[in-house]
Amino acid sequence: MSEPLLEVSQLAVGFDTDEGPVHAVNDISFTLREGEALAIVGESGSGKSVTALSIMGLVPSPPGRVDAGSVRYKGRELLGASERDLRRIRGREIAMIYQDPMTSLNPALTVGRQITEIVRHHLGLDRRQAADRAAELLTLVGIPNAAGRLGEHPHQFSGGQRQRILIAMALSCDPAVLIADEPTTALDVTVQAQIIELVKDLRERLGMAIVWITHDLGVVAGLVDKVTVMYSGYAVEQAPLRELFAQPSHPYTVGLLRSLPTFGGDRRRLTPIPGSPPDQARRVESCPFAPRCDWVIDRCREEFPALAGVAPDHGVACHRRDEVRDTPPLAAAAP
Amino acid sequence: MSATNGSDTLLQVRDLVKHFPVRRGVLRRQVGAVQALDGITIDIRRGETLGLVGESGSGKSTAARTILRLLEPTRGQVIFDGEDVTAADRKDLRRIRPRMQMVFQDPYASLNPRKTAGSTVMEALETNHIGAASGRHGRVEELFELVGLSPRFQNRYPHEFSGGQRQRIGIARALATEPRFVIADEAISALDVSIQAQIVNLLDDLKRQLELTYLFISHDLSMVRHISDRVAVLYLGKVAELGTSADVWERPLHPYTLALLSAIPVPDPVRESERERIVLPGDPPDPADPPSGCRFHTRCSFATDVCHTDEPELRDLGTPQAPHIVACHHAERVRRSADHEKETVP
Repeated sequence: MSEPLLEVSQLAVGFDTDEGPVHAVNDISFTLREGEALAIVGESGSGKSVTALSIMGLVPSPPGRVDAGSVRYKGRELLGASERDLRRIRGREIAMIYQDPMTSLNPALTVGRQITEIVRHHLGLDRRQAADRAAELLTLVGIPNAAGRLGEHPHQFSGGQRQRILIAMALSCDPAVLIADEPTTALDVTVQAQIIELVKDLRERLGMAIVWITHDLGVVAGLVDKVTVMYSGYAVEQAPLRELFAQPSHPYTVGLLRSLPTFGGDRRRLTPIPGSPPDQARRVESCPFAPRCDWVIDRCREEFPALAGVAPDHGVACHRRDEVRDTPPLAAAAP
Repeated sequence: MSATNGSDTLLQVRDLVKHFPVRRGVLRRQVGAVQALDGITIDIRRGETLGLVGESGSGKSTAARTILRLLEPTRGQVIFDGEDVTAADRKDLRRIRPRMQMVFQDPYASLNPRKTAGSTVMEALETNHIGAASGRHGRVEELFELVGLSPRFQNRYPHEFSGGQRQRIGIARALATEPRFVIADEAISALDVSIQAQIVNLLDDLKRQLELTYLFISHDLSMVRHISDRVAVLYLGKVAELGTSADVWERPLHPYTLALLSAIPVPDPVRESERERIVLPGDPPDPADPPSGCRFHTRCSFATDVCHTDEPELRDLGTPQAPHIVACHHAERVRRSADHEKETVP
């Protein structure tokens, strides 16, 4: 197998708050090969966005700090790299798009200016070449009459188009990795479908690797090769896409799947996960999901379950992973 | 007339129109109008849940606010339990409004951060003069229990609750006035996935227990499918399709519905990889300048010349028991194509 493009290992990120330290991310590890697509799925407070920011070296410090671990890109350590080195990688090698396009675009500058600035800075293009490249990028992401719209400001575009513009900016230097943090959450389902199809198509054509961060298991089903499910700062399950949906083996993953309405027509009652996720993740000595789990046993409250394999490339952080795995995901209830 | 009005229909919306003026220049002259809602007619039956879906700008929230007369309609009529809401004066509205309530999207923004949960619910009782002052504390406790919150939490402030709990407080406040009709406007959209199902189940339970009627507005089509008896699909301020949940989702007649359904991500990698997605080109047009003829023709793969010029009438292609209304010149062709798709997909 080829060398991984991006290798995150044992990453731990904390924040100092008035109420003491918060352990936003604990011991997260994953690899991404060239052209591969990974989804990080989790609810609010799961640490999924902090994971993404720490790859880019963008965790605000203070109050944030990377406590441990390593992020290697093409074999080079990014944690602790100089701001100058990071700036060369950010945008050029690893690009990121965010949930809210309006806050990531500068409202005072034309869209053309925002794209040409990037390509002139990173690729050293002259004014003319940069404008051509900007028009080409906007056309690539499906903005009609792109060359004619370079002089327009962000508010003159629709929400979906603004997200496309951000994708165009992210693609401007042909990055090897695209990190997308909930890029479709604020969009209509129709526009979400457009963006997903666009990213799938771009991945095929440009061979980018993708990290797609979302709370929506439905969105990832048609998009990625593998999934990491996060809960309260921990990776609780990691598996290839089809394996995760066919044999989810962590009670939280099972719970997420069962909370979704099926589209089959039966109006079975939904099966929610009781309780709510903790609003601030902390390092724990027990299983972080134990307070909400129907599979809980005494051991879960006493001993932290480490991520362990149940199948090739399929890791689960649960003491009862084998039993959970053997129970069909939509079965009535846990025994 | 009163709550004993015997008719099957609780709410009649008749050709409801809401235009927002567009003003320009120093004199603020009106130069146009955003046709947020352009003539919708919907009946909501007692005890049913009607789902309302459509993209942003389709008029979903304007419809909700105009029905409750939080917005003054430009034209049209809303009749609630036999009473004309649109013609009601201040005094009538004070009497009607407690029976029509709304649950909002963001429970954090709709709760006063300086009021305890208990006083928020209490205030709803007091301002609407519900019950005797002496019985209100007991009533607040009852309402807390009804929505699955411990009455011990009455003295807590909104920030001390989780998102799901805050939405429960919002529901308790809406139920304080003993409404017959509740509009849930994106009431679960801001919640975590694992919590959404809790709130949907709660709404379902309350409906049965209190014999409520719901208008459930959401952009999450699979949740709408799950909770609704009937569904109305809005496009640019008009009803595109209206029918039973099963008919609309399984036998869609409007190309826009077809596209909406196709856009829903299916949480199943095997089925996802097999399906062909209809991706609607472009964005919804500007409601200040809607397209001629059928408003959907600019994005529609079924469109022909007639769609550019003639606005389609609403037609009923359902049965007397289950009307299935559609505004499309090519509904029969859409039905055949949807059937065909079903046959070719295993």
